[in-house]
Amino acid sequence: MSDRLDVRKTHKLFIGGQFPRSESGRSYPALDADATVVARVALASRKDLREAVRAARTAFPGWAARTGYNRGQILYRMAEMIEDRAASFSEQIRVGGLSKKMADREVGATVDRLVWYAGWCDKFAQVMGNLNPVAGPFFNISVPEPTGVVGIVAPGAPALLGLVSRMAPALVTGNAVVVVASEKLPLPAVTLAEAIATSDLPAGVVNILTGSPSELIPWLSSHMDVEAIDITGLDGSLVTAAEEASADNVKRVIRSETADGQSPYLIAAFTETKTVWHPKGM
Amino acid sequence: MTDTDHTPVLHPATEPLDWTYATSREAADLVSVAETYGVFYDGDFHKPLSKNYLATINPATEEPLAEVAEAGPADVDRAVASARRAFGGWSQLSGQERAKYLFRIARMVQERSRELAVLETLDGGKPIKESRDVDLPLVAAHFFYNAGWADKLEYAFPGLDPKPIGVAGQIIPWNFPLLMLSWKVAPALAAGNTVVLKPAETTPLSALHFAQIAAEAGLPPGVLNVVPGAGQTGAAVVGHSDVDKIAFTGSTEVGKEIQRRLAGSGRRLTLELGGKGAHIVFADAPIDQAIEGVINGIFFNQGHVCCAGSRLLIQESVAEPFLEKLKNRLETLRVGDPLDKNTDVGAINSRAQLDRIEALVAVGQREGAEMFQPSCALPDRGFFYRPTLFTGVSQSHRIAQEEIFGPVLSVLTFRTPEEAIEKANNTPYGLAAGVWTTKGSRILWMADRLRSGVVWANTYNKFDPTSPFGGYKESGFGREGGRHGLLAYMKAEGL
Amino acid sequence: MSAIVAALPERPSRAAVQAYVGGAPSVDEVAVFERVASLATRSIKKESKMAALELAVTMCDLTTLEGKDTPGKVRQLSAKGIRPDPIDPSVPSVAAICVYPNMVPVAKEALGGSGVKVASVATYFPSGQAPLDLKIDETRRVVEMGADEVDMVIDRGAFLSGRFLEVYEEIRAVKEACGPAHLKVILETGELGTFDDVRKASMLAMAAGADFIKTSTGKVNPAATIPVTLVMLEAIRDYSALTGVKVGMKPAGGIRTSKDAIRYLVVLNETLGRGWMTPDLFRFGASSLLNDILMQIRWLKTGRYQSPEYFTKD
Repeated sequence: MSDRLDVRKTHKLFIGGQFPRSESGRSYPALDADATVVARVALASRKDLREAVRAARTAFPGWAARTGYNRGQILYRMAEMIEDRAASFSEQIRVGGLSKKMADREVGATVDRLVWYAGWCDKFAQVMGNLNPVAGPFFNISVPEPTGVVGIVAPGAPALLGLVSRMAPALVTGNAVVVVASEKLPLPAVTLAEAIATSDLPAGVVNILTGSPSELIPWLSSHMDVEAIDITGLDGSLVTAAEEASADNVKRVIRSETADGQSPYLIAAFTETKTVWHPKGM
Repeated sequence: MTDTDHTPVLHPATEPLDWTYATSREAADLVSVAETYGVFYDGDFHKPLSKNYLATINPATEEPLAEVAEAGPADVDRAVASARRAFGGWSQLSGQERAKYLFRIARMVQERSRELAVLETLDGGKPIKESRDVDLPLVAAHFFYNAGWADKLEYAFPGLDPKPIGVAGQIIPWNFPLLMLSWKVAPALAAGNTVVLKPAETTPLSALHFAQIAAEAGLPPGVLNVVPGAGQTGAAVVGHSDVDKIAFTGSTEVGKEIQRRLAGSGRRLTLELGGKGAHIVFADAPIDQAIEGVINGIFFNQGHVCCAGSRLLIQESVAEPFLEKLKNRLETLRVGDPLDKNTDVGAINSRAQLDRIEALVAVGQREGAEMFQPSCALPDRGFFYRPTLFTGVSQSHRIAQEEIFGPVLSVLTFRTPEEAIEKANNTPYGLAAGVWTTKGSRILWMADRLRSGVVWANTYNKFDPTSPFGGYKESGFGREGGRHGLLAYMKAEGL
Repeated sequence: MSAIVAALPERPSRAAVQAYVGGAPSVDEVAVFERVASLATRSIKKESKMAALELAVTMCDLTTLEGKDTPGKVRQLSAKGIRPDPIDPSVPSVAAICVYPNMVPVAKEALGGSGVKVASVATYFPSGQAPLDLKIDETRRVVEMGADEVDMVIDRGAFLSGRFLEVYEEIRAVKEACGPAHLKVILETGELGTFDDVRKASMLAMAAGADFIKTSTGKVNPAATIPVTLVMLEAIRDYSALTGVKVGMKPAGGIRTSKDAIRYLVVLNETLGRGWMTPDLFRFGASSLLNDILMQIRWLKTGRYQSPEYFTKD
């Protein structure tokens, strides 16, 4: 045993590029598979969520206006930063009871997933957009655009791969996201925030809250400045309540069959189609 | 030669000709309207189990046209069961066979377009020139377009193996009854779904005549079912657990109710809701065409258009001459008998809608906006409203925020493109916007920043079956038209 | 009345003319076609159709502009213009007979005191490719010979190369040479290429003193179309709002049927209103149109479809 006392990390929230504690001053214990406390993480409040939405709203126009090429570079950088922290991630995933092999595999899959989505940034509009052959002298084009501020309830597990699989497709087209991390396995989400903070991603594009979905989701789903919510990570009565509350501002509700799938159609779920007409004349 | 003492009529003519066009009325008897209509399921009309009928009237005369069944829960249940029974066969039919049914229907609509146009005008009050030149051609076009997709679905969505969803419940509004039917029914059937359609209570007739056409086309019983009725009938469709997907076009208020109702059900939903379209005119616009665009944007179909350009944003430097031209143009609009081929603005769809328009206009006056209406005469009976312009409107006025759904234009001014964008986007809605400017780069700059599903640049109110249509924000979600429109009726892994 | 463009001063500088022409709003071609298509669906029936057809007759500039024109041909055409339908005296005379300069004395004599005007083309019609002094001389001569109206062509070359002041000054000079005769300025829209340029040329011609603006010589394809006429009518509307001056409009060439004529009148009526529904402010430059109108009038009166052989061909 070393005679040096190690310095522990404080597990904080990630809002607007900053790492604040919860304004409520609360935290909760993150447990391992044997119910041993491995760390305390911030327990986000509705006010933290409000601040996260505000940060996302501020960041959204700038991120959406980046070129696809640039967004792709940044998502790729994010993959690099995760790869670089692979050991930490693996260790934190194993807190949930996974073997080292499985945990390593999850980290690898997460990196690969980001690389896969990074490559979509400058191709998605080509595949999902359209030049529409209308019956008249008009140029008519349909392009996918980001929906706006998107709330994401990360799946309980896999904690890292699930979170990234839900978040990445939203980022491809330029949405800004507020993620509620896996309640049971919050540690990878906190480290992910630290990786993202060094990825050249503009502050506020990704905001990550640790805490209780049952406390936070009602506020997120009823928030009038959130355009879409991904509740793939939600189950039970929370689903119905979230869908009901979403109607207040006709929020798009995304609920995927898989926690960690990858498909361009998942990107499409976080987009709006804009159709532009212009006459062709001399 | 019969007259050798011809004295020439001297030029110049003494007075300019006061040329008022004589009425040119389309014959109402081109269509035969039955006294009563039932509920359409299992390929036939049935008396309503509810035993209730609702009268549908001609809003231009307030005279009753027919008694139409009001489908109750038991009727809806029969219609859904009919659709469910038909689903297996229809969805497994080869795409090419499905396509041929839809092509056949498209042709039959074309053959009977004149009578359907008259019916649409009688029941809904829209000018015959619009039913004839806009609605009916587009109805046929939507069936033609979607017919061709039925056997090519695997090419519409690369990488997917798309399947139909099942029974689609479709609720359509009264502003474009048959056109909205075609927007919903054509892609649903092309994708292999079966349909339970609820037309609006004030305009059920064209959907019921369409059901007859579908039956005559040999469409298998149960593939298309029509349940006429009012809000309760719609609620029965939405609430039916064997309906797999709901597609609704109508008010944002009702859309939200439906979204709440479906919460937790896992059933699919698409919504086409309200709008408060910004129509932005820059000083360098093709001014005279912009005037026509603005007129078309708000007075087309009496302004009963969800994507109507109901907020004119005019650049301050040309506001005064532009408004003068606009007012002059308003004076030339012909308001009146919808069956007159020369009518530009027809009847308001219902007494209730007329009341709502009048109430919001009164609000506009109370809020201090300045009202202008042309001097045109209105018919003695029927529901009519003068084309109306409000100037001096601010964003905070209710008439700049709320959807009036009538021939009422609110005029605001702006100074810079940034200000135009800020005002245009400053609404919970996001369905459509218009931009008029000669500068190409500005059009693209604006189009990028307008948060709306459709941007019409140097044009307005254009529709095409190949062109996706639908809203951002509270204007709804999902698209109708194009291959995007098909997606609303398909399911697959990864969707 | 406020307007989109500012009026031109009396003796404008080159810069002022450039600014004035440049200030004309752009024109969206597709929207113009749409507007015309929409107005083409106006359904004109019964009395309003008869009134329109009779008005259209009085608006005709019955035209012959051919190398093979002879005094005989012009005399026959003049007789036809005075009395278009020999068996129906209620049919009014046309507005004018439009001829080449050589034929002016013949037409003048043939028309006598009928009230039908003599219109002469001038300024080295149809190309206009001649020095200004020759054009002025020609204009003076045709007026001296008895032309009531002069149809000049603009220098399209000068216009297209951006020498707007030159075009302006030429029209002014010809207008001066016209004296009491009315001046119609032919833009030759078929050579201008775009509606933007049609609109600019219209504004320029009106500012320079045109009594009428006219689409075409009839020697270039396309000649008159309803869309180009609408663009010019909109320019006339703007000019009237700007100055209070009412300028006339003459589509010429390619107008052959009474159905066409009625469509033109619909566009006129809906764009400029009643004030322009007179031969003082609107003319058709045509040769074969008249007989088609006469056939339509006869059909309306008799209820029988007509044969062209029952109408005189002069």
